[in-house]
Amino acid sequence: MDHHFILRVVAKMLMPPIMLYALYVQFHGDFGPGGGFQAGVIFAVAFILYGLVFGLDSLRRVVPPAIVRAGIALGTLLYAGTGIYSFFKGKNYLDYSALADADNPVAGQHLGILLVEAGVGLTVASVMIAVFVAFAARAPEIKDTDW
Amino acid sequence: MLSSLSAHMPVLQVIVLLIAAPLCALFGNRHLAWTIAFIAALAAFVISTFLLGSVLDGSVISYHLGGWAPPWGIEYRIDAANAFVLFIVSLIGVLVLPYARQSIEREFEASTHTYFYTCYLLCLTGLLGVAATGDAFNVFVFLEISSLATYALVAFGAKRDKRALTAAYNYLIMGTIGATFFVIGIGFLYMVTGTLNMADLAVRLAEVGDTRVTRVAFVFILVGMGLKLAMFPLHLWLPNAYSYAPSAITAFLAATATKVALYVLLRFTFTVFQFDFPVQELTFEYVVMPLALVAMFAASIAAVFQKDVKRLLAYSSVAQVGYMLLGVALLTEAGLTAGIIHLFNHAVTKGALFLAVGCFVYQIGSSRLGDLKGIGKTMPWTTAALTAGGLSLIGVPLTVGFISKWYLIQASLETGSLWIAGLIVASSLIAVVYVWRIVEVAYLEPAPEGRKAKEAPLSMILPTYALVAASLYFGINSELTSSAASQAAKALYSATDLAVPPMQLTPSDPPSEGAVQ
Repeated sequence: MDHHFILRVVAKMLMPPIMLYALYVQFHGDFGPGGGFQAGVIFAVAFILYGLVFGLDSLRRVVPPAIVRAGIALGTLLYAGTGIYSFFKGKNYLDYSALADADNPVAGQHLGILLVEAGVGLTVASVMIAVFVAFAARAPEIKDTDW
Repeated sequence: MLSSLSAHMPVLQVIVLLIAAPLCALFGNRHLAWTIAFIAALAAFVISTFLLGSVLDGSVISYHLGGWAPPWGIEYRIDAANAFVLFIVSLIGVLVLPYARQSIEREFEASTHTYFYTCYLLCLTGLLGVAATGDAFNVFVFLEISSLATYALVAFGAKRDKRALTAAYNYLIMGTIGATFFVIGIGFLYMVTGTLNMADLAVRLAEVGDTRVTRVAFVFILVGMGLKLAMFPLHLWLPNAYSYAPSAITAFLAATATKVALYVLLRFTFTVFQFDFPVQELTFEYVVMPLALVAMFAASIAAVFQKDVKRLLAYSSVAQVGYMLLGVALLTEAGLTAGIIHLFNHAVTKGALFLAVGCFVYQIGSSRLGDLKGIGKTMPWTTAALTAGGLSLIGVPLTVGFISKWYLIQASLETGSLWIAGLIVASSLIAVVYVWRIVEVAYLEPAPEGRKAKEAPLSMILPTYALVAASLYFGINSELTSSAASQAAKALYSATDLAVPPMQLTPSDPPSEGAVQ
């Protein structure tokens, strides 16, 4: 890819806006179309573009496989953990009202959906990167540890 | 603390496993992952026992996710029917894990074991979720969780036999088509009623009545679930998936996945579409019942000609699903009870059989009949377990198979169809043939020279014998299963009976005002 000078420069220039747009979709999900799933996919696109242009090895240096795997697990845990937290506040599973003061349940609902969507976004972005790498790295035989 | 947790039992049943699954993946150590998985599965089993114990008297537990009252929010609704299914699934789930730990050592490399446990827990999460929830769309979501995990689990067998990959792919295509059919059916129901809560659906569908949309919805759901539960002409994914999956997974799937799909079909048939709905009755009488009868014979005959024990038992599973559907298709409470009893009994029997076959695979690396010659002398315990399971498959007295067939024949005689009872007996005779083929090879043929096989390790023998013991115990003392099954049948019929208000286990304070925003 060394001779594709324009491609490399454009790819680098595109990455920050892509990530920024992903964050916009993530946090605007409360008020309009969007949310963790879409944002996660868009966020992962930045990494996939990087991997396409600069190669898998560079992508692995930026996001090591262990980090991606941890991201998949942590996102799910963040979602489930938010639900569990309401248990200990004496509410039902995933009752976000438990996340704020009893007199201000709306704030709790906002915080709850924010946390849950953050979990979704993290997992989806990690899974997207993992899927891309798993396909792109499919040379002779894949071992799960070194993808 | 414990008392407050007990209020959350219905949801804990599912999320204990849901949280354990990412933890397994996060810690990356297979011994730790196994420990986490086992503790979670054990917790799920304890919870399901508690739930079964508290609903067997006919009461209903309702849990509102996120504090949103049904029919707006997602409701987990536990009655005798799904508590019974939860109990079976989590029982098998906890028994297979110690077995799996040993058996996967020789099936694929240690570095992937953590992912195996993660997938296993996700599959169990999905299956328990399907059974626990009272929301039609939630059923689809959990069905997909369990199915996706299942495809991955089947593909784990690729290290032993590459054909596992095509088997998993086949299963993925068929399973996805099934799920799509199911969700289209749900979509139609949502279209005419505007609700997804099953109890609410039942009430509103009764108002809508027998329209073309409800007919189409019913047929879509029937075909979708038919694919998932391997109803006769839709069973094509099953033999390959069962043959090439890792041994522990074959046993787990055979005992749980098709049973949960059958439960969903029963729930929709008897609870959601319980109003006067001639299309449903006609479909069961003229489509499902003939197909069930064909399955009993065709799949049993196919089993006779298999050269591989795993495949033989897989075809036998298709035949056994036929018995369950036959009981259901009688459309009487006795028939439904018989179907549910067989659901439990077959789970126990097939679980024991596939675990025993897994012991052979572990020790001699093959489950082909030709490689099992004279194995009865070198692995006496495993072969004895296989024989005991086989007897139960035939329906010999003092085994659970006998109880199933007893109830089935009684139910069919009750409707006055003597010929169905005759066909049940006749198809059992085919089971004698295929079980005898295994027994003959294992005990009567001479062992080949130079085979160094010894008895399977204790950690694999014990779970096998736990299920064998269960299949004998429930065959002698059928009090528990039959009362639970008849309670379950009653619950399916009366799930929307508004005279029985659901028992509220939720914290008493109503959802706060602001939450409605």
